[in-house]
Amino acid sequence: MEDLLKTCLYDRHEALKAQMSPFGGFIMPIQYSNIVEEHQAVRQKAGMFDVSHMGEIFVSGTDAEAFINHIFTNDIRIMPAGKIQYGMMLYPDGGVVDDLLVYKLAEPDHYLLVVNAANIAKDEEWIRSQSSGYEVCIDNQSDRWGEVALQGPDAERIAVEVLGLENARDLAFYTFTETSWNGAPILLSRTGYTGEDGFEFYAAPEVIVALWDKLMENGVTPCGLGCRDTLRFEVGLPLYGHELSAEISPIEAGLSMFVKTDKEEFIGHDSILRQKTEGTARKLVGIELTEKAIPRAGYPVECDGEVIGEVTTGYQSISTGKYVCMALINRAYAETGRPVSVRVRKKTFAGVICKKRFYDKNYKK
Amino acid sequence: MKTVEGLYYSESHEWVKVDGEVAIIGITDFAQKAMGDIVYVDMPEVDDEVTAEEEFGAVESVKAASDLISPVSGTVTEINEALEDESGLLNQDPYDNWIIKVQMSEPEELDRLMDADAYAAFCAQQ
Repeated sequence: MEDLLKTCLYDRHEALKAQMSPFGGFIMPIQYSNIVEEHQAVRQKAGMFDVSHMGEIFVSGTDAEAFINHIFTNDIRIMPAGKIQYGMMLYPDGGVVDDLLVYKLAEPDHYLLVVNAANIAKDEEWIRSQSSGYEVCIDNQSDRWGEVALQGPDAERIAVEVLGLENARDLAFYTFTETSWNGAPILLSRTGYTGEDGFEFYAAPEVIVALWDKLMENGVTPCGLGCRDTLRFEVGLPLYGHELSAEISPIEAGLSMFVKTDKEEFIGHDSILRQKTEGTARKLVGIELTEKAIPRAGYPVECDGEVIGEVTTGYQSISTGKYVCMALINRAYAETGRPVSVRVRKKTFAGVICKKRFYDKNYKK
Repeated sequence: MKTVEGLYYSESHEWVKVDGEVAIIGITDFAQKAMGDIVYVDMPEVDDEVTAEEEFGAVESVKAASDLISPVSGTVTEINEALEDESGLLNQDPYDNWIIKVQMSEPEELDRLMDADAYAAFCAQQ
């Protein structure tokens, strides 16, 4: 455990007696009270997450736009300052280096890339290795930033009333503003990973600790990575390493709307174009079991006694009570309504292919 | 963490209460705390054979499935049907709520298990 990194909020988690576990190279809180209560707090009121483990890589320079568009699947050329895009960095074969957010900062030619904790070092190396010939500065500031996510239907009211961030009210989804809180610079972003309305705050570690304390004092429920996963899963959001990876392309994962093949060029373009036109062998689907059993990541999906794929994430959905999973399966079996089964230990349980969104998103703006 | 005197304990965090040739088997307080909210218990059926140190079912929490490892060999004589509808009983009182009863075929297997003190020391190192 001594090699694990601690976030700026580690002492707070210890004081709250959170159950801690390694995640992406960090020692992170999995739960404070229990996953169900924390999950429901986010769906019904508001909860807050320490997401300081996420990586912040800044890219700037006269070629920054062209360079990011070269390594990123979405198209940032149409993006005004203050806007955020979701997308991926791909290998030439269409496998995913990472999925990330790109923020276009107010200062011209400056961008912030927010990447997965487990991939920070890999991503930085990848980005640098692709940058020759581009006039860009790549600055990995991950250890200088803390981040807290405030999520849930009450998030806007709390941001305005408790934190005094008036401009939170007018911020549209997937936009941000570089503002200040308690006299310190803070990046206020209307984003999240729960399917609920909410904000993510990026700032220096001591500012993030003060902000966390302020939210705690006002009764916001601290939430661990346990419910972060059950929340994102229910609304069909992918997690790198499960629904996306070097071996799983965004087309297979059903994320083609974030891959702009009409751009003339980006790394992975030709492979993706081929996948889009010829179709992929596999497809990510939802499965709802009609019997009581919990399909977990790695369990085989079967049809007529043959293995046709495997579960990528599965739970008894906390919001609906249903036994559901996302699974990557042979495309021939992927149509909605088709009966399949999932092997859970020694037995198989009947299920049916369904949409991979098990609960509707509740974004406000 | 709570232990109960007079029970036998396994390294995979099951407990055994001996009643003649019958082993009453459950999971420990350490186990239920580590797992969190238990939502489902996958139990064998009456008359199934179980083997010491082999899986006989699973306890599922919200976040993961944990195999149940039998501390003894024998035949299942009873399962705790109350857990089918209310698996959370294992969180509320893991020693009062057993999972299965086994007619032991090799009672000497009990000698490989720990007593309450040894188990408490074992957990302290986890």
